[in-house]
Amino acid sequence: MAPSEIDRLIQQLARLPGLGPRSARRTALYLLQRREQSLLPLAEALSRAAERIRPCHVCGNLDDSDPCRICRDRERDLSALCVVEEVGDLWALERSGAFKGHYHVLGGCLSALDGRGPEQLNLDSLWQRARDPAVKEIVLALSATVDGQTTAHYLAERLAGLPVQVTRLGQGVPVGGDLDYLDDGTLLAAFSARRPA
Amino acid sequence: MARLSVQRFRNLRQAELTVGAGPVVLLGENGAGKTNLLEALSFLTPGRGLRRARLGDLESRLPGNEGAGQGGWAVAARVETPWGAHDLGTGRDITTAPGQERRVIKVDGEFASSQAALGAVLAAVWVTPEMDGLFREGASERRRFLDRLVYAFDPAHAGRLSAYERALRERARLLREGRGEPEWLGALERTMAEKAVAIAAARRDMVGRLAGACAETSGAFPRAELGLAGDAETWLDELPALAVEERLQTRLLESRGRDSETGGAVVGAHRCDLLVHHGLHGRPAGLCSTGEQKALLLAIVLAHARLTGLERGGMPLLLLDEVAAHLDARRRDALYEEILAMGLQAWLTGTDAAPFAALNGAAQRFRVQDGMFIE
Ligand SMILES: [Zn+2]
Repeated sequence: MAPSEIDRLIQQLARLPGLGPRSARRTALYLLQRREQSLLPLAEALSRAAERIRPCHVCGNLDDSDPCRICRDRERDLSALCVVEEVGDLWALERSGAFKGHYHVLGGCLSALDGRGPEQLNLDSLWQRARDPAVKEIVLALSATVDGQTTAHYLAERLAGLPVQVTRLGQGVPVGGDLDYLDDGTLLAAFSARRPA
Repeated sequence: MARLSVQRFRNLRQAELTVGAGPVVLLGENGAGKTNLLEALSFLTPGRGLRRARLGDLESRLPGNEGAGQGGWAVAARVETPWGAHDLGTGRDITTAPGQERRVIKVDGEFASSQAALGAVLAAVWVTPEMDGLFREGASERRRFLDRLVYAFDPAHAGRLSAYERALRERARLLREGRGEPEWLGALERTMAEKAVAIAAARRDMVGRLAGACAETSGAFPRAELGLAGDAETWLDELPALAVEERLQTRLLESRGRDSETGGAVVGAHRCDLLVHHGLHGRPAGLCSTGEQKALLLAIVLAHARLTGLERGGMPLLLLDEVAAHLDARRRDALYEEILAMGLQAWLTGTDAAPFAALNGAAQRFRVQDGMFIE
């Protein structure tokens, strides 16, 4: 027998991070009982997001315009490029206000054990952007995990021949910590203490 | 350790113990669950516990438990430290698929991202019958023993070791598959070298201080003379850390061809060894009598506890599995005396009550039967 529409909704919700089958059932019920205030606005927001939000072809950020609004912002510092693993890291840095330049989202970090190599990362466009004469500094804001650090070493090595300064975040980022979990003060401190990679 | 609760852990379906500050004696037949309890305790510190078990193997396979499918094994405890009381908890992460096993860590009710959070609160050192061959067999067991001693001083050591091992495995994978551009391998080798130097420095520091503490051993236990063999561990004698890092990187780069065949690496933190000699006649520990070897091991463990108490404040838990029965009366009394003098919480197991008679009044006793604990 085909699943009912309610089962289908619950199954979709249960796939979301942080939601198990139990909380998925609760959320489904919540939405269905608040058709006007919650269900329809959410459905509309989801369908608009699906239609309009795309990765920026320049930096990898997610936005409803391509290039994204950070890439188009003329107030931002063109000479500094900050490399992050995920869009979530970019958002964390934006929230903290620690960085006023442009970003580059790799889409992960190198991990031989997880089968993720350089060809899986958004690197070709990084090599291109790094050759832009306007770019003077590339900040590697990668997580303090083994794979994050190895990726930083890799990028530092590959960028070494170019006339840009390559730096990485300073002390204060805990080992294994994701940028997304850091508070703004820690991020600010890590940025102002950045050092040559 | 003030309160301990264990669930679905090997044959311990559900156990709750409330203990005081002093030694704890667990009495029972073989297979009753004494060692399982020590193993459960050992999971409250970083690592894979006292038997180096796979997390999935720890799950109870008792009638009435299979098929329940709720939750995996779990261990929780309240730990009193000089800096206040903390609640520690750990268990198998039931959200991960079988084969991808991971344990979750909770400290004071909050999930912690790394096992080092446990090490910051609690350290444990153990002596088990499986360690009888520690000085005779390969270096890896001695290295693990040394690293566990380091955890008590430097909880970050566990994180550095697992980072190093991950980088080592990643490099081996790239070499085996013959893919991986040179810069990727180079990046992994740089990570390995950085971690290896930090690991070596922590080991050197530990062995140096421990050698000093062992020199003060007197009475029933022999004085152990300690030394350290290894790549970065010995290079640090003559070279500054940065130069050692570079040398490691160069050696790794040169050995890629050979390492791709062996699956290992010719240099690194995984090749270190703890060297132990008998202080009186100078023989290597591996050539001493069985009794002398056990006494040397206990002498090191006791010296480490003294040092930890002196320099870090909090004492490590001492887990002594089937140790008391195999010591002669003189050493047994000396062991108890040290444990009581230091205020160590030692957990001792045995089948007979007799060897523990000298601890009467000072130790809390539990009789263990079929995974149940009766005070
Ligand atoms: Zn963009």
